Amino acid sequence: MTTGTIDRVAYRRSRARRSTLTALLSTVVFAAVLLFVVTSSPGWSRVQDSFFNLRIGWDSLPALLEGLWLNIRVLVVCELLVLIFGLGIAALRSLRGPVWFPVRALAIGYVDLFRGLPLLICLYLVGFGLPGLRLSGIPTNPVLLGGLALVLIYTAYVAEVFRAGIESVHPSQLAAAKSIGLNYRRTMQLVVLPQATRRVTPALLNDFVALQKDCGLISVLGAVDAVRAAQIQAATTYNFTPYVVAGLLFIALAVPSARLADWAAGRVATRQGAV
Amino acid sequence: MTTPVLSVRGLVKAYHDRAVLDGIDLDVDEHQVVVLIGASGSGKSTLLRCIDLLEDIDDGQILLDGRDISDPRIDADAARQAMGMVFQSFNLFPHMTALANVALAPRVVHGSTRKDAQDRGRELLSRVGLAEKADAYPDKLSGGQQQRVAIARALAYEPRLLLLDEITSALDPELVGEVLALVGELAANGRTILMATHEMAFAREVADTVCFLDNGRIVESGSASQVLTEPQHDRTRQFLQRFTDRLA
Repeated sequence: MTTGTIDRVAYRRSRARRSTLTALLSTVVFAAVLLFVVTSSPGWSRVQDSFFNLRIGWDSLPALLEGLWLNIRVLVVCELLVLIFGLGIAALRSLRGPVWFPVRALAIGYVDLFRGLPLLICLYLVGFGLPGLRLSGIPTNPVLLGGLALVLIYTAYVAEVFRAGIESVHPSQLAAAKSIGLNYRRTMQLVVLPQATRRVTPALLNDFVALQKDCGLISVLGAVDAVRAAQIQAATTYNFTPYVVAGLLFIALAVPSARLADWAAGRVATRQGAV
Repeated sequence: MTTPVLSVRGLVKAYHDRAVLDGIDLDVDEHQVVVLIGASGSGKSTLLRCIDLLEDIDDGQILLDGRDISDPRIDADAARQAMGMVFQSFNLFPHMTALANVALAPRVVHGSTRKDAQDRGRELLSRVGLAEKADAYPDKLSGGQQQRVAIARALAYEPRLLLLDEITSALDPELVGEVLALVGELAANGRTILMATHEMAFAREVADTVCFLDNGRIVESGSASQVLTEPQHDRTRQFLQRFTDRLA
């Protein structure tokens, strides 16, 4: 290494150290100001007591965790079903030929309907409407019905994500697949879908994070999940802290997924940049 | 006289009333190399894509070994299996290794076992000089290497006819040679080839027939020396003039 190189490296290191220090200092000052503004507000002591009561929060934790466990189970099952059905609907929409017209039309209608319907209304319709039909074989379990509503809504979103991915595969790839004699089904299966799913992984993980918190909405049907558990705790303690704790639990659950989504997006970006 | 491998009769292809191909007649005999030359937009690529049934045609016939493959009632997927096409922009499948690209058609279309398809793929890759790149993904290969993999992919199922669509146009000048050398080798081995190119020197060397296309018509065709050195038509002369100007 020449002296010039060493100088340059040393200079860059000192610049990096200064940047880190500045960022740290700025963060501390920013947090201090925020803390001061909140704690010096006139109603702070009452808010602190009813939202940030450590004792009540600690006592409610076991019940909330038990509720969260239900949320996680619902999440995993729903996510799997959503991925399968979403991909299925997207594939149905891309079918060609007049025979498939009704199937395509149904798929389009389904997506339009459930992408537009608010989740809460869907939950009420499925959760209270379906059992109200009093048909034999229809479950009355609020967890099952809530999960069904979530799957209905999210499948519509995920189907659109998959469709965007399918359409993003360049026509030259289709031409190449055709030219070596692959038929339409094989082309989709071996050439289009593998590329499409890779490309939409970041968007899918983003929907996964959204589904994670929306799982808390099955509480409106009476399922005792984390949100419902917090409601019960809040009603017995006359204090809102359990809601805050439940919220923190959901955030703690979402942060790793969000980082995973960022990582996946970064990986796709570098791969495409490498081409 | 034997039936030509490919016979195009009165081919018409139009986009929105604009005829891109305006009555093309063309024969390619077995073991022949036919080269299409002409300016960009003259219809060379469209002609090749129509022959490979990647575009619907508006009129005329395409006969492969005497069988009309332009008939909309035949199975186009099956017809394409007798032809191999190589594209200007390579169009390798980016999510598959070089070997997987080459082995795909034999395995899923022609029913080879995975092992047979891979053995055959390795053999082809070594023939195009890329044996050591079998497990590389396309984005790790140079343009010339990608195009050689694409040629191997098109050869993997022993097509009757090889269609090459300006396969060196997207390559850096120093990579053109390696791809053309490979095509020259294929020609020498008796492959039947129909190719569009701007490489006049190469055309002169390997072409049995050269066809000059202009505005969707074959203006002039004949032996390479005839068309390239003693063109009969003004348009052909104008077109070739630009190449000689560039060389001078």
